[in-house]
Amino acid sequence: MSGFALPSATLLSQSVLSGIFVGALYGLLGLGLSLSWGLLRLINLAHFAFAFLAAYLCYQMAAFGVDPLLSLAVLVPLFFSIGAALHWLMARFSVTPFNSLLLTFGLTGIIEAIIQTIWTADFRKLESVYGEHKFKIGVLYVPVPELITLVLAVALSFAVWAVLRYTDLGKAMRAAAEDAPIASAFGVNQKRNALLLAGTCAALASVAGVCLALSFTLAPSQMYAWIGVVFAAVMLGGLGRALGPLVAGTLIGVSEAITMAVTSPSWAPIVSFSLLIAILVLRPGRAT
Amino acid sequence: MKSGHVKSGTMKRTPLIILAAGIALAFVPKLGLPAFYDSLLYLMLHWIVLATSWNILSGYTGYFSFGHGAFFGAGLYTTSTLLARYDWPFLATLPVAALVAAVLGVALGAVVFRVKGVRGELFALLTLAITFVIGTIVVNTPLDGGQGVSLSAVPVPAIGPTQSSTFYLLALAAATLTMLTAWGIYVSKFGAGLFAIHDDEDAAEVMGVPTYRYKLVALAISCALAGVAGGIHAMFLSYVTVGEVFTITVPLTVVLMSVLGGSRHWAGPAIGAVAITALLYSFTAANHAIAGKAMVGVILIAAILFMPDGILLRLQALFKRAPKLAPGTAHPPSKIATPSGTPSAPPSTAASGDVLLRVRGLQKSFKGVRALAGVDVDVRRGEILGLLGPNGSGKSTFINVVSGHYVPTAGEIVFEGRDLGGLAAHRIAGAGIARTYQIPRPFAHMSVLDNVALATMFGGAVGDPAEARKRAMTWLEFTGLHGKAAARPDDLNLHQRKFLELARALASRPRLVLLDEVLCGLTPSEIDDAVALIRRIRDQGSTIVFVEHVMRAVMALTDRVVVFNHGELLAEGSATEVMQRAAVMTAYLGKAHVVLPTPQAAHA
Repeated sequence: MSGFALPSATLLSQSVLSGIFVGALYGLLGLGLSLSWGLLRLINLAHFAFAFLAAYLCYQMAAFGVDPLLSLAVLVPLFFSIGAALHWLMARFSVTPFNSLLLTFGLTGIIEAIIQTIWTADFRKLESVYGEHKFKIGVLYVPVPELITLVLAVALSFAVWAVLRYTDLGKAMRAAAEDAPIASAFGVNQKRNALLLAGTCAALASVAGVCLALSFTLAPSQMYAWIGVVFAAVMLGGLGRALGPLVAGTLIGVSEAITMAVTSPSWAPIVSFSLLIAILVLRPGRAT
Repeated sequence: MKSGHVKSGTMKRTPLIILAAGIALAFVPKLGLPAFYDSLLYLMLHWIVLATSWNILSGYTGYFSFGHGAFFGAGLYTTSTLLARYDWPFLATLPVAALVAAVLGVALGAVVFRVKGVRGELFALLTLAITFVIGTIVVNTPLDGGQGVSLSAVPVPAIGPTQSSTFYLLALAAATLTMLTAWGIYVSKFGAGLFAIHDDEDAAEVMGVPTYRYKLVALAISCALAGVAGGIHAMFLSYVTVGEVFTITVPLTVVLMSVLGGSRHWAGPAIGAVAITALLYSFTAANHAIAGKAMVGVILIAAILFMPDGILLRLQALFKRAPKLAPGTAHPPSKIATPSGTPSAPPSTAASGDVLLRVRGLQKSFKGVRALAGVDVDVRRGEILGLLGPNGSGKSTFINVVSGHYVPTAGEIVFEGRDLGGLAAHRIAGAGIARTYQIPRPFAHMSVLDNVALATMFGGAVGDPAEARKRAMTWLEFTGLHGKAAARPDDLNLHQRKFLELARALASRPRLVLLDEVLCGLTPSEIDDAVALIRRIRDQGSTIVFVEHVMRAVMALTDRVVVFNHGELLAEGSATEVMQRAAVMTAYLGKAHVVLPTPQAAHA
C-alpha cells in the first residue's frame, strides 16, 4: 500500500518492456490452451504440467551440454505424441469439457509427482549461453532469453493464425469446432484433425516450457502459479483465436508491470483478474 | 439425479439417520483414541462440510464454482480477525463468518447471474478470478498484512476433553448441519428447481422456476456453510496465511471429492471427501506424499473415465434392477383420465368468450432486425387460435415474448387484465401461461414423471413434491404416457417427447397454452392422436394458441386464425376464409406472374 510516488520515466519504460516480455510468455502458454479449449472443447489443465515437464527436460539436456533451442528438436515431437495420445484417450471415453478439466488436473498431479521425484522440489535454474547476455537499447536493458521468448511467441502465434485462416486444414478445424457432424458430412476427417491439433497444442506447451526454463527458476509447485493469469489471458483473448492470447497476455503483462512499479508487487494479481471479471461481465459473449 | 421417487418412509427416516450418526460419532472422543485420530477425523469432517456445501450450488445446479476457496477464506479471515483484533469469543465468530461468506457470495452472484451469457465454464472462471482478487486484497490490507495471522494466543473453548477433540466435535456439528441441509434441499421443491436449472435453465424458468433467486439462495447457503468451515479451520490451524487459503487447491479438491462421490446426490460429496482424505492421509502418514499426489491423480482419471457420474450413482445403478413402478401406475392403462380438480379459472363454455390475452402494438427487435413490428392480437377465453405465417414471420418470437423468454421492445401484453410486459418468465408461468417447445426440451436427468411434477410444483404452485408427483401422474395418464413414468426422456421417441411437452405445459394448470409446432415431425397417425389430445386440452378448460404448419390440423382444430408476415399481422378470421385471401396466398406461395382478380383482397 505504501508509496504511490511515481517512478522515473526510465524505470517505467523498463517496467513496460519487462511486462511485454512476461506477457509474451503468458501468450505463448495460453496459445495451446486456447486452441484446445476453443477448437476441441477440452480444457487442458495439464498444459501447464506439459510446459513444466518440457522445461525440466530442457534443463536436464542443457546439463548434458545440449543447447536449449536445439533441445526443441527432441521436445516438440515428443510432446506432440503425448498430446495426441492424451486426446485419443479423452475421445475414446468421450469426456465432457468439464470432466476434461478434472481429468487433466489429475494428470497434472501425476506429472508434478514425477518431476518432484526426479528433480526434487528444490529450485532449479538453467545455465545457458543465453542467460548471461543482455544488451542495451538507449537506456533500456534487453535480456536475450526474454527476447527469444518474445520472438517465438509472436512467430508461433502468427503462424497458427495463418494456418487457421488460410489453409484448408485450418478451415476444416474451425468448421469442426462449430459443428462437428456437419463438418464430417462435408468430408472433414475430424478425428485425424483433432489428434493433429491436440498434438500441436502440447508441442506449443513444450516450446513455452523451453522459454520458461530460459528465463525462470523452476520448481514443480510453480506450475500452479501460472494457471490463473494464463486462463485470464485466454479468456480475454477469445477462445480458439490464435492472436488473442498474445494480445491479451501482453496487455496483462504490461498492466501488471506498471502496477508493480507504481504500487507494490503484491498488488499485481488484482490487475489481470479485475480485467477478466470486467470483460466477462460486460461482454460475456466474447469468451464462448 | 432424483430418478427414483422418494418414498415417504425414507423421507422421514433419512434426517433421523443423519442426526443419529452425528450423535453416535460425538462419543468417539470418549474412546480415548490417540489425538492423531481426532485430527484425521476432523479433516474428514472438514472436507465433508466443504465438499457438500460446494455441491449445494454446483452439483445441484451445474454451475461449477472455483471460488470455494474465496468463500472458505472469507469465513476463515472473518473469524481470525475477530479473534485476533477484537477478542471475540470463538463460537460467536462462526455465525459472522457464515454471514460474511454468504454476503460475499450473494454480491458476486447478484452481478454474475444477471449476465445472460455467464453459464457453466464462465461462472467457473469468474469465481476462480474472484478468489485471487480477494486474496490479493486480504494480503495487502491489515486483515493479513502479508505476514499471516497468528491465533496461538486465543484460548480454544473446552467443548471436548482435549483440544483436538474439541475441533473434532465442532466439525462434527458443522458436518451434521451441512448434511441435513443438503438432504433437505435435495428432496424439496427448491431442490427440484435447482436440478431443473442444471438440465435446462431456460425451460426451467418457463416452467415457473425463479432461476435467478434460486441460484442466489443456493449460492448463499453454500457460501455460509463454507464460511463456518473456514471459521473452525482458522482456529484449528491457529496460524493462517493467504497463500494456503485463496488458491486453486481448495476448489479443485472439493470438485474432485464431489465428482468422485457423485455430484448429483446429496451424499455423494461426503463419500468422496472421506475416500480422498483417507487416501491422502494414508500416504502422508507413510511418508509417501509424492506417491500420494500421483495416486490421487490416477484415481481421479480412472474415476472420470469409468464412473463419470460418481461412485454413489454407480453403486445405485448396480443395486437397482428394473426401474420401480411409479406410485400412480396402478391405474388401468386404458383408462382415459380427466385430471381431477377444477382448473384454476372457471372453464369457459362459449368459444366467443371474453378476451383472455390482449396484445397491442407488440414489437421485438434483435439488433435492428424487426422480428415483430407491432402486432395486435386478442385471444378469447376458451378458443383455439391458430397462429400462421411463413417461416421467419415472427410466430416463434411472438411465443417467446408472450412467455417471457424475450423482453418486448415495445407494446403491451395484458393477460386477464394484468400487464405482463417485461415480467420474468417464471412470473408469467405463475400467472397462468404455459408453452411447449417446437424441439422438445425435457430435463434429461429427471424421470418423465419428475419432469411433469416440476411443472406442477412451480407453475401449478404445489409445494409438496409427493403431492406434485401424484398430480403429475394424472397428466401422464391424460397424455397416455403413464406407462413411461419412470423412464428417462432419452428413452422416449419424438412423438412421446412431444406429448411429454404437452403434459408439462398442462401440469401447471394454465389458462393459456402456447403450442409451438407440436405436430412438426409427426407421422399422419400420430398427428391424429395429437389433434384429439389438443381438443381434450381445450375441453378441460384451457385456451390455446396454436402455431402450426400442418394445415389439416389447423382446419380441424382452430376457431380462428391470425396470419403473420414479416412480423406484421396480415390477416385474421376463420381458417377457411383467411387462407383464400390473396395476400395470405402471396405470403405463403409468392406472387403469381398473372395477376388474378382478387375478390377478397381487403385486410380484416
